[in-house]
Amino acid sequence: MNTASDDQQANPNATTRRTFMEWCSWLILGVGSVATAIPILGFFLGPVIKPKSDEWVDFGPLDEFPEQMTRLVDVLNPLRGPNDGMTGKTAAYVRRIEGEKFQIFSPHCTHLGCPVSWFQESGLYMCPCHGGVYYEDGAHASGPPPRGLYEFKYRIDQGRLMVLLGHLPTLQDPGSAESTGKTA
Amino acid sequence: MKSALMKFLWWFEHRLELRKTIWPVMRHPIPRDLRTQVGWLYVFGSTAMTLFVLQIITGIGLGMVYVPSAGEAYESLEHINYEVELGWMLRAIHNWSANGMVVLVVVHMTQVFLMGAYKYPRELTWIIGVLLLLLTVGMAFTGQVLRWDADSYWGLGVGVAMIGRIPWIGPQLVELLMGGPTMGADTLSRFFALHVFIIPGILFVALGIHLYLVVRKGISEPPVPSEPVDPATYVEKYEEKLKTGDPFFPDVFLRDAVFIGLTLLVVVGLSAILGPKGPSAPPDPTLMQVEPLPDWYFLPLFAVLALSPPSLETAIILIAPVIIVAALFLVPIFSGKGQRSPRRRPVAVLAVILFLLCYCVLWQLGVQEPWSPHMSAWSGEPVPESMIKGRSPKQLQGAAILQEKTCRNCHALDGRGGQRGPDLTDVATRLTRDQLVRQVIQGGGNMPAYGKEMNRDEVDALVSFLETLKPDGYAAAESSVVTDRSD
Repeated sequence: MNTASDDQQANPNATTRRTFMEWCSWLILGVGSVATAIPILGFFLGPVIKPKSDEWVDFGPLDEFPEQMTRLVDVLNPLRGPNDGMTGKTAAYVRRIEGEKFQIFSPHCTHLGCPVSWFQESGLYMCPCHGGVYYEDGAHASGPPPRGLYEFKYRIDQGRLMVLLGHLPTLQDPGSAESTGKTA
Repeated sequence: MKSALMKFLWWFEHRLELRKTIWPVMRHPIPRDLRTQVGWLYVFGSTAMTLFVLQIITGIGLGMVYVPSAGEAYESLEHINYEVELGWMLRAIHNWSANGMVVLVVVHMTQVFLMGAYKYPRELTWIIGVLLLLLTVGMAFTGQVLRWDADSYWGLGVGVAMIGRIPWIGPQLVELLMGGPTMGADTLSRFFALHVFIIPGILFVALGIHLYLVVRKGISEPPVPSEPVDPATYVEKYEEKLKTGDPFFPDVFLRDAVFIGLTLLVVVGLSAILGPKGPSAPPDPTLMQVEPLPDWYFLPLFAVLALSPPSLETAIILIAPVIIVAALFLVPIFSGKGQRSPRRRPVAVLAVILFLLCYCVLWQLGVQEPWSPHMSAWSGEPVPESMIKGRSPKQLQGAAILQEKTCRNCHALDGRGGQRGPDLTDVATRLTRDQLVRQVIQGGGNMPAYGKEMNRDEVDALVSFLETLKPDGYAAAESSVVTDRSD
């Protein structure tokens, strides 16, 4: 049986040929691996590569929102999937200041995301987890939250309140009233 | 008949040759010093591993009936609890065994730390062990998520919000973790994959390496103050000890057998008596009347998150875990030789005591959560009768305002109500009328300002009531500043 050195003595060109074939083998393995890895990695990174944008949601006719009152509105999340069940719902606090002036708040506490409760009597939002408290206008009142409540963008369309929402707001990716890149 | 059976077994042994491979491993020698009572400290690792096996068995069972879909998981849990034969028991065993595993892994680690068993030549065993601890905690958290109820849902939300604070890549990591822009079906399926495939897979491999190292490097002998570890001579001395050692199986294993058996009895007993955990309220993002609480092992973290100064919080959330984990990994690198006995390692003993104290104090605070408002106190806890007896109409009006303006959510009267603010039972001995008015209108010291929410008369009535809140015989608070009210 010939070894590499036998080949080399018999035919000096064999070395380059063998080396070339070796490199080709590695190259084929490499190309095959990368070709397989790209779609798999793409799948795992999918949520980041192609993020979904917030969408406008109909919150109902204006007369459902009395002036100087705040109320919780349940809607279906426009970004929900077919298997989300009840987690496909979402909610927002709607504060009608006067006329067409609104504030729409995410119920997620800006501290660590727990659901804040609204108390009309004292005009405060209170968080059950770590004791964050916010004023009626969403400003931070007390406790550990680093900022006021997240706000959503809204518009009035043919007498109906439309709100731009979808993604879960977090400190660096707040509600649609502030975020820039992710809104439709 | 007997010879036929032996013949049958020998047929396999001839091919498997287990007597040459597995049997010597099972009979690996253990130092004689473990024969004394100290040997009972060596049973925690094997018991933790047994509970891991129990987790796999019960986990497979649950995997056959649990539906990892956001829309159906909650109902499938109720189905397992109430309709599947012994489903509740399987869920209960899985839960209590998980709790036991977390406890035993920590106890095992503490014992190894205190007895200096992580020192030369067993440093890598410790490092893999720390990895096993992290994987166990990972299993605990992902398992909590699969219990798709309100606690689990909002607990996951807290985790997501913490990750969202990581500078620059936070939002991207959040979307990767949730599998999209919201917490829903893709999120639950991801955590199912983590809990059932990814983390157990890594755990298996790490456990295999851990056991390999335990057998290769041998069980550490109980520490003796006069025999510090010197890498130059340790192995030689240790091998000398092994010459008179006892075989692990069955001699030494008998202690493990007893402790494993008792632990299993405790797990099954707790499961039968206390039953499974949850599910609590459904994971409905539109239900605001929830008070999410993490599973008990995460309560200290819950307390840290409530008590950290806001300016340092992001740093505490993101940097402290890295420091703690790095310190655990590096323990054998920085103190890999020398004294092993806890009697000569006061810093090590103090470190364990300090950790336990911090954990227990924070845990206790996490149970009480004095920082959280009591959401239903304003309507559910009436003003004690003794505090309104014989009061004027204006003062009574003030008591009503105290209730209506949700003050009780943060302030207790006679110990009942929120504990976020001070108990108001004897507030009049601490604050003067002027100070009370200022505090109500302007807030401050963690209290919201109520100036916009109350008119003059309401504030006046409320403060008139608060002024009556002092025990009999106590003087009202007096201002240290003399104010001239003559004009």
